[in-house]
Amino acid sequence: MLNELPTFFDIKRYALHDGPQIRTTVFFKGCPLRCFWCHNPEGIGCGLEMVIVQERCIGCRECVHGCPEQALSWDGAAISRDDERCSLCLNCVEICPSLAHEAVGYQATIEEIVSEITKDQPFFDQSGGGVTFSGGEPLAQAEHLLMLLKRCGELEIHRCVDTSGYAETPILLEVAAHTDLFLFDLKHMDGGLHKKHTGVGNEQILHNLEVLSKNGVSVRIRFPLLASINDSAAHVEAMGRFLSGLGSIEHVDLLVYHDLAGAKYRKLKRPDLTDRAYSVTAEIVDRTRRLLEAHGLTVHLEK
Amino acid sequence: MNSRIERLRKLSFETRPSISAERALLETEFYQQHYGKHSIPVLRALCFKYLCQHKTIYIGEDELIVGERGPAPKVVPTFPELTCHTVEDLRILNDRPMTGYRVAEADIAAYRDKVIPYWRGRSMRERIFSEVPDEWKAAYEAGLFTEFMEQRAPGHTALDGTIYQQGMVDFQRRIEQRSAALDYLDDSAASDKYEQLKAMGIACEAAIIFSERHADLAESMAAETHNPARQEELLEIARICRKVPAHKPDTYHEALQMYWFVHLGTITELNGWDAMTPGHLDQHLQPFYDKETAAGTLDRKRAKELLCCLWIKVNNHTAPPKVGVTAKESGTYNDFTQINLGGLKSDGSDGSNDISYLALEVADELHLLQPQPSVHISRVTPERFLKAAGRVIRKGYGYPSVFNSDAVVMEQIRVGKSIEDARQGGTSGCIETGAFGKEAYILTGYLNVPKILEITLHNGRDPLTGTRVGLETGKAEEFASFAELYQAFEAQLNHIVDLKIRVNNYIERMYAKYSPAPFLSVLISDCIDKGRDYYDGGPRYNTNYIQCCGIGTVTDSLAALNTHVFEGRTVSMKTLLQALQENFDGAEKLRQTLWNKTPFFGNDDERADGIMRRVYDSLFTAIDGKANTKGTVYHLNMLSTTCHVYFGKMLGATPNGRFAHLPMSDGTSPSQGCDRKGPTAVIKSLSKMDQIKSGGTLLNQRFLPSVLASEQDLDKLCSLVRTYFSLGGHHVQFNVVDTNTLKLAQQHPDDYRNLLVRVAGYSDYFVDLDKDHQEEIISRTEQELG
Repeated sequence: MLNELPTFFDIKRYALHDGPQIRTTVFFKGCPLRCFWCHNPEGIGCGLEMVIVQERCIGCRECVHGCPEQALSWDGAAISRDDERCSLCLNCVEICPSLAHEAVGYQATIEEIVSEITKDQPFFDQSGGGVTFSGGEPLAQAEHLLMLLKRCGELEIHRCVDTSGYAETPILLEVAAHTDLFLFDLKHMDGGLHKKHTGVGNEQILHNLEVLSKNGVSVRIRFPLLASINDSAAHVEAMGRFLSGLGSIEHVDLLVYHDLAGAKYRKLKRPDLTDRAYSVTAEIVDRTRRLLEAHGLTVHLEK
Repeated sequence: MNSRIERLRKLSFETRPSISAERALLETEFYQQHYGKHSIPVLRALCFKYLCQHKTIYIGEDELIVGERGPAPKVVPTFPELTCHTVEDLRILNDRPMTGYRVAEADIAAYRDKVIPYWRGRSMRERIFSEVPDEWKAAYEAGLFTEFMEQRAPGHTALDGTIYQQGMVDFQRRIEQRSAALDYLDDSAASDKYEQLKAMGIACEAAIIFSERHADLAESMAAETHNPARQEELLEIARICRKVPAHKPDTYHEALQMYWFVHLGTITELNGWDAMTPGHLDQHLQPFYDKETAAGTLDRKRAKELLCCLWIKVNNHTAPPKVGVTAKESGTYNDFTQINLGGLKSDGSDGSNDISYLALEVADELHLLQPQPSVHISRVTPERFLKAAGRVIRKGYGYPSVFNSDAVVMEQIRVGKSIEDARQGGTSGCIETGAFGKEAYILTGYLNVPKILEITLHNGRDPLTGTRVGLETGKAEEFASFAELYQAFEAQLNHIVDLKIRVNNYIERMYAKYSPAPFLSVLISDCIDKGRDYYDGGPRYNTNYIQCCGIGTVTDSLAALNTHVFEGRTVSMKTLLQALQENFDGAEKLRQTLWNKTPFFGNDDERADGIMRRVYDSLFTAIDGKANTKGTVYHLNMLSTTCHVYFGKMLGATPNGRFAHLPMSDGTSPSQGCDRKGPTAVIKSLSKMDQIKSGGTLLNQRFLPSVLASEQDLDKLCSLVRTYFSLGGHHVQFNVVDTNTLKLAQQHPDDYRNLLVRVAGYSDYFVDLDKDHQEEIISRTEQELG
């Protein structure tokens, strides 16, 4: 059942950092990579996840009484959920007056998503912005992504796809035919280390990037910079060499690591591996920028 | 900022406002000697002349533009003919911690011994309150509306370019011609017109006397100074004061001094709301600037210095202190002089010019409370100008505010103004549309729309006091449908609006008869031609506005009633009313349901926006087209300024889950914290209001400095504005949030759900971050604003 409709975890209007100008970002849920620094952990798992925002709970216990599976309990201070029992019926979300129960992830039809996207069409038209499909990994639900891209194309909406690049090449090329700009993550040049930090190797990703480039598809590289992971001069050099050999790279967005997503991990009951130690210094940021620029690349710093 | 401007700014910024009884004493003296000898218009003009002849003249150390309404900067005169402060009022002003005014014991004694004994029972305020019906008083005291004219004169005046082409001598000539042409055989109003015109002539004479006295002082100061540079400046000041306002200005410096004398004249004559504004100052100054820079007699630096001098002059003029309800709803030093920049020329071409940019620089560098610049953006305004404004906006002063010239023109065309007059019009006060130099557009007071719903739910009674203040439209528990409830709300609305208008019209005649403004009438077309006063239909256009407050709160409350009482039946009307009465005490679950599970205005959600449109239409029908006493009509305005705080205090808990006495939504903004889908959704919701049918709307948006940090961010802000305007928006202003706001958001997350902050490469809602990271954002913001 779950696979008949695409799964999303959010739609953000007036997204300012997901491509050119004013955009609406549609977040697909589910990702084949496991990067510990991911700042959207809601997008990692494929299925619906139930979350309790304890600060919002007013202790009315309506949800406890209303849960058909008796999965919720009140210990005198807080609500907790027995995930084994929970049938994802969403009754608690419906009942809770203070929005303490949240379902992360929902399914929607293509037309429902399109109608949410078109709400901001006047802003896209005015600014030159549009829609960005992000995630999670949008290519993991390629069929639905394609349908959305085609509909948006018919409506003359500028389309970005924000991807890890981890997908089969023919699928990527089909998506590329309906995409105006890729925001393409590049995390590590070393295959082994890439696998260590993200759970998958980088061969497919690098190959895909080369293919896109050969086909003249517009690409912006998103490079998440983490101390001791990928910030060494040698690694940045290698990346610079690789990228400068490709055509059609608009620029490189340098994304500086931060540990602000920790709360989200805890909320989702996922291991929180955020650590300030991975934050790079201003000097390193500057060095990275200069090294990449030395290869003729344009670098934008995303603070 | 050069050292002269630094010193002038420091003096203006640091001097605490104080009260001077000088004007009140002069006026009392004058009235004691002259009341009864002349027609009222002539009496008023002679009183103005008396003030110009006898008030203290001040020329400060570094000044290039001269003239103060009081005896010195930040010293505020009083207007006992309008509102006579009591000794107690003066003591409160002196002692109160917020927006206080220092009052010397000698001035209090003068009031006690001379001013109060004469004006007691004679001030407009007392005369108005002695005549208003009890029904009006009950509604007024319940906070259903305010009355602008009860203690300040109707104002909202902005000038066009006339004073740069004609001096007082030219006006006098026109007045004499008009007076000579009066037809006593066929025009029954001829003698009234004669008195009015005579008064206008005297007012022109008074303004010339005022400037000549400045010339005299400047000359004597020049004779005494040992500083040759200052001597030269003083002699130039004297030369200019002998020329303007008697004659039209020929230089840039003369043009600024011309405006300033005219400004002072209008705010000395009477205490009109929102002081005075020059209108399109950039367009008025540009010809002088062009001519002089081409001739080499003026450079940009000097032009900027002189403009700074005018800016500081405006800031020197603190609003006269208010009393009673008006003090509660408008307790501010700001007197709302708004300077329009950009906009359109009368032929429809772009009005922005060098002075527009210069003025933005001045506003940025001085960042004073007054004047508040606004930028006027039309389809033909270059992007460069909007971006220049954006660079000032992101500094966090809350200005310039941004207006849609094309909408402002359309609003005026709708009510029958000529296209040229409309283009030369603009906005003054906060957001009020008017034809500059040609219109009396009078604000008559705020209307508390959520309170009207509150009394509807209580069958015409104010639940806070139990007093009957409206119609008996039936018990809320017996409304079978939302339609029935809405019908009752509309009936109450029409009743309250009519009650307000009846009294407005009465007060309007009182001003026309007892408190005309002959000097102001000289300046506004076509008062001279008609031989009629500014308050008596003299201007080419005459509009009365009623400012409707709380569209967000009332929409959300109606949406909550519809969703939970009528459609979902999750709560009965009886239970809800009980909870409201008890301010949700013990009913937090219900309150949370109402607050979180109702479609609210500002989220691009038709379920709420449709209700907003319906309320707006009802307001329009209740107000627009109702007759005033000048043969013209009322229009609605969607503005609250700071009145939403006072109105909120007068309002119990509301069905949208808002606690009693908290502020209601401001302007046309969504309820605080209820717009949860970002600024584009807010704009979409607002664009569903047919704003062209109003005389202005007001949208506040909050931003953190980091959201506006880069040039790309600025581009996006400009696009946001352009899109709102292409959808018919009238106005938007951006408040760049400071750390205080963030701290408040930590304490009251519900009110700040919409607060978007840039986290790191992306933006998130502040209240959704955990405590540690909120703290980090706070410290970061502190640095950014540094």
